[in-house]
Amino acid sequence: MCAAPSAELETLFGDYVLDGAYDEMRTRDGSLREEYASLAEMLASLPPAELRRRKQAADLSFLTQGITFTVYGREEGTERIFPYDLVPRLITGAEWTKIEHGLTQRITALNEFLIDVYSEARILNDGIVPRELVYTCKHYRRQMRGFRVPRNLYISIIGSDLLRLSSGEFVVLEDNLRVPSGVSYMLSNRRVTKRVFPELFHNYGVRPIEHYPQLLLATLRSVAPEGRPDPKIVLLTPGVFNSAYFEHAFLARQMGIDLVEGRDLVTHDNVVYMRTTDGLKRVDVIYRRVDDDFSDPQTFRSDSILGCAGLFSAYRAGNVTVTNAFGTGLADDKAVYAYVPQIIRYYLDQDPILPNVETFVLTDDKQRDHVLANLDKLVVKAVGESGGYGMLIGPQSSSVERATFADQIRANPRNYIAQPTLDFSRSPCLIGDRLEARHVDLRPYILFGDKVSIVPGGLTRVALQKGSLVVNSSQGGGSKDTWVLD
Amino acid sequence: MLSRVADNLYWMSRYLERAENTARQLDVTMTQMLDSGEATPNIRWNRLVDCLAVPSPFEWTGDVEEAARGLIFDRDNPASITYCATSARENAGQVREEISTEQWQRLNRLYHHMHSPLAQEQFSNSVGEFLSTVIDGIHLFKGVTDTTMIHGLGWQFIRLGRYLERAYATATLLEVFVKQAESDHDARRAGYTFLDQVGLLRCCTAFEAYCQFYTAEVTTERILEFLLLNSQFPHAILYSVDSTLQAIDAIQQASNRRPSDELKASVGRLQAMLSYTTIQEIYAGSAGQFLNSIRRECIRIHEQIFRHFVNYSIQAALGG
Repeated sequence: MCAAPSAELETLFGDYVLDGAYDEMRTRDGSLREEYASLAEMLASLPPAELRRRKQAADLSFLTQGITFTVYGREEGTERIFPYDLVPRLITGAEWTKIEHGLTQRITALNEFLIDVYSEARILNDGIVPRELVYTCKHYRRQMRGFRVPRNLYISIIGSDLLRLSSGEFVVLEDNLRVPSGVSYMLSNRRVTKRVFPELFHNYGVRPIEHYPQLLLATLRSVAPEGRPDPKIVLLTPGVFNSAYFEHAFLARQMGIDLVEGRDLVTHDNVVYMRTTDGLKRVDVIYRRVDDDFSDPQTFRSDSILGCAGLFSAYRAGNVTVTNAFGTGLADDKAVYAYVPQIIRYYLDQDPILPNVETFVLTDDKQRDHVLANLDKLVVKAVGESGGYGMLIGPQSSSVERATFADQIRANPRNYIAQPTLDFSRSPCLIGDRLEARHVDLRPYILFGDKVSIVPGGLTRVALQKGSLVVNSSQGGGSKDTWVLD
Repeated sequence: MLSRVADNLYWMSRYLERAENTARQLDVTMTQMLDSGEATPNIRWNRLVDCLAVPSPFEWTGDVEEAARGLIFDRDNPASITYCATSARENAGQVREEISTEQWQRLNRLYHHMHSPLAQEQFSNSVGEFLSTVIDGIHLFKGVTDTTMIHGLGWQFIRLGRYLERAYATATLLEVFVKQAESDHDARRAGYTFLDQVGLLRCCTAFEAYCQFYTAEVTTERILEFLLLNSQFPHAILYSVDSTLQAIDAIQQASNRRPSDELKASVGRLQAMLSYTTIQEIYAGSAGQFLNSIRRECIRIHEQIFRHFVNYSIQAALGG
């Protein structure tokens, strides 16, 4: 049952446009979705000055917590907060149950896929996934062949991006199996929202998320090498100049583990040690926030100064667990993504609970021709990129941009996929004194240790620029607190 | 604690101490230059450069303001205050999780202040006042360090850097002072000018403390005794060495490894040198050489700290 918004709320909504896209808060005829009733009432009851004051308090809170982007030139040290919108995004318990089941299924299957491809490759032999697709993947790591990863876990820390379509259904847009980030924003958003709207938490039963660091720590502990009862766990960061550094420091602090850089580590006799003022300390588990390529100059890029020479050998010798494992980029390649439904069916004998987005794999001639003929309607993405880079959004592009992309596709079709431009859901955001619609996605954070656990909600990312479909932080995105309701 | 982190904290602290020392000595020197005494500005400037152990080139062109500007603002000269503040901040920036928000903010503020147009303006109006703001900024940092940081390993390494730098810098300052007197017979016969003596005390923020300890009668012997052998005045060398030893002891105690014998011996030796001697004994020999040996010990201690806590070989560390 949906309630009609009050007069105050109408004022707050102003010229808010409801169209074909799913609106998180309201149905097409303007009535409020049931779960939003309390929230809407609260928003309407606050005078604009009060809303502004709470927003300012929220911004200040972020600054003092240090969850910021730092622009680190030689001359500067300016810090900017990751834009936060104070209107939370709600998900019902029922909706969440489906998401949880769907993602658990998906992650389990992807892990099986990785184990298989790096050993017997049955799925390739059975022709379910094209062999060339796997072996031409930049992130496929030959060095992982034949290696039995600890606990058979390739992926322990995952972030999958979901979109809600006009039908209200959630679909998976992509998986992030290498170094997914944003968890620190999820945790800070919750902390700040509790300060901004404490009254609401009484009205709603919001499932807690604050235990993520403990869950993460337990997951890391669970993958320690055998015979190490009190494992030394570290977080390997590229260092202060990495844009996600604050998250690395934040998580390390929350978990009470050491934050190390490649230069703090040495290997000797295939054992990894960290250099401390109290001598060398053996390292058992490394939560790696450094890309494969930069992790070990002996095995991967030799020009990397971010890694530790000999790390990979120690890993293969079973003396240190590195998570996520090397080579997981194969399974979050956007072209391989197109085969995930088949992957789920192959390993689990189940239909996918959460659907994929229709994806054109451009190494296929027919699909490529179709895409090239329809660039103005489609979104084209580079298969190995993240952060919203290397992307063409057809309907918003110029003919020059499309021509450039067409050339790139023809030159290297393996490097691109295309998807329909989705009118994914929008959520009301406080822009000035009014609520305006902005596109949002959802990134739940999944942990896979003894079992798959997913902290309720995740990060709702917002494409803050009006009309924009790009939610990534590096390109003008922001975020919201996400509530899964009891 | 990660060796790299200890290294950063130690150097952050040394650079700040160096910046403060430079600011204070420059301030005193410029005040002295205002007085027409026996020493011309040229001589005073060269003496300052010696006291700060500034590696050449830092030529005296005859323009006081230009010289001061270089020593304060030259970003490329390792002796300048700006270079020290920048280095301190860079070191701190690598170890943000180890220091408190307040510490970082203070350092950041100091750094930005040195690079601001306002600083140039203040400098043009009054060098002395500008240098005061720099010293204040460093004091504020030290204050929040002591009050907002856990007094654990990180804090101990900060103390270690501060006091070792201070011991070395004070010994350098005194050595120049003493050697100049030993070689300049006229000056020794006439006694130091009162301003030179007071200037020396002010370089170590010691004038009032000295007067409290001795009375306002200033003699060279007492100054040296105070700045070398006093165990209670924070800028005296013995105090600095005592604090250095305390920091090292605290760091070793938190460790499971065998403490470094050579480090213990070096600091112990230096402390004994200062604890069990009198100014008369020092004067009976060569004060200049005594101070020089203190400096050499400080350098040795620094190297041993690095060898034991930061730069140790893997073989040695694994061998036990």
